[in-house]
Amino acid sequence: MAPPSRARQGFSRRAQLGLFTSYVIAVAGIFLALLLVLTARFDPAGHAAIQSLLSDLTSPIAKGGRAIVGTVSSGYDGLSAYIDAGSKNRAMETEIRKNRAALIEAKATARENYRLKRLARLIEHNPDVIVSAQLIASTGSSARRYATLSAGGSQGVMGGQPVRTTEGLVGRVVAAGRVTARVLLITDGGAVVPVRRLSDGQPALATGRGDGGLDIRALQAGSNPFKAGDIFVTSGAGGVYPPDIPVALAKIERRDVTIARPLADPARLDFAIVLPPYIVPDPALPPAPVAP
Amino acid sequence: MALLPRRDRFAPPPTAFEQQLIPVVSVILASLAPLLPMIVNTPIVPPFGYMILLSWRLMRNDLWPVWAALPLGIFDDLFSGAPIGTSAALWTISFIAIDAIDRRWVWRDHLQDWGIAVAFIAAYLVLALCLSGGGLALVMLLPQLILAALLYPVVARTTIMLDRWRLGR
Repeated sequence: MAPPSRARQGFSRRAQLGLFTSYVIAVAGIFLALLLVLTARFDPAGHAAIQSLLSDLTSPIAKGGRAIVGTVSSGYDGLSAYIDAGSKNRAMETEIRKNRAALIEAKATARENYRLKRLARLIEHNPDVIVSAQLIASTGSSARRYATLSAGGSQGVMGGQPVRTTEGLVGRVVAAGRVTARVLLITDGGAVVPVRRLSDGQPALATGRGDGGLDIRALQAGSNPFKAGDIFVTSGAGGVYPPDIPVALAKIERRDVTIARPLADPARLDFAIVLPPYIVPDPALPPAPVAP
Repeated sequence: MALLPRRDRFAPPPTAFEQQLIPVVSVILASLAPLLPMIVNTPIVPPFGYMILLSWRLMRNDLWPVWAALPLGIFDDLFSGAPIGTSAALWTISFIAIDAIDRRWVWRDHLQDWGIAVAFIAAYLVLALCLSGGGLALVMLLPQLILAALLYPVVARTTIMLDRWRLGR
């Protein structure tokens, strides 16, 4: 016997009406949901509030799971370290001997640096860190690249603050809950970071590709001036991202765009630092003329 | 199973709540997959919530009314990172489309269900990308789609096991 179809409910008036009502609800629901999508696209603040509330509530899951992942992977590391301990020991001893010489050179360089900086009267600009926290989860099946940070409004995290690791820029906080925050990674297709080439300061824009890479576009027209191997740092132009945070390493050069790999790898679930948003200092303006 | 004891022959037929408990909870748990502690740079994790939902719907056409995808989709949206409403709309549209398919092909085997599911997952991923506006090339969705296609039989098998457990109680 063929399985009973929902479309053919027989002659029962009640069943037919019920079926009709369910279709009406479904179609109305589709339109309502599409309306929600539109409002989420053009006014994300309210939706972000709902999503960050839920991410606050569920953060224990990700945090607990993170501990398990950490334990398993560190256990594996420990095991493999035990197996090749002997050869590693020899390699490390030769490395120590080499490093000792390098260390002495580095000390000399550091001293010279200090002296030169004193000469040039440079001030080491060290922006105060808001909080350092861990990235605990990310939207793996969505086309957008968001990560969840294990610190939120109660630690002073607010929307718009840049996030970095020791290696480089990670992204920017887009919504903060009480104990978690949502971070838009620089590799997201909607993220743009003003950068400059480290070697000569040539300005460019880094746009996320969504596949873990970045598109680097020069600001001037003409042929692509960037080569594979170039390193890019934030330029600080336009505010938000403080200058001189490492961003990306150029990998592939095309005619009009260079594809780069971000230097900070958020997949390592490392500690990330939340910085206050950078405000471009006002240019020194001449004093306004006083009205006579 | 102390929580869900086996019902004896003289018990009253299962209530709607008892019938719905396992399917709904399985979809909800699968929708929570983005909470797993991993950070990926490309969309690679298959949409598990949608896959479980599809396998239930393709296996049992009398389980859910058409609008049932709406609340389940909204729940999925809360965690997936896509704009709220994406899954709610797309899941409901796919339920209506599967209704039409049910009318054409009454008898289907697992291979056909697999093909239908892969086609629906592909359409879902592409449309969700259009709605989220991430500026991503369509090629980037291929690894995720292939992974989802390969995992679908496993998901369907899990659903069958859950269904057997649900009906056996």
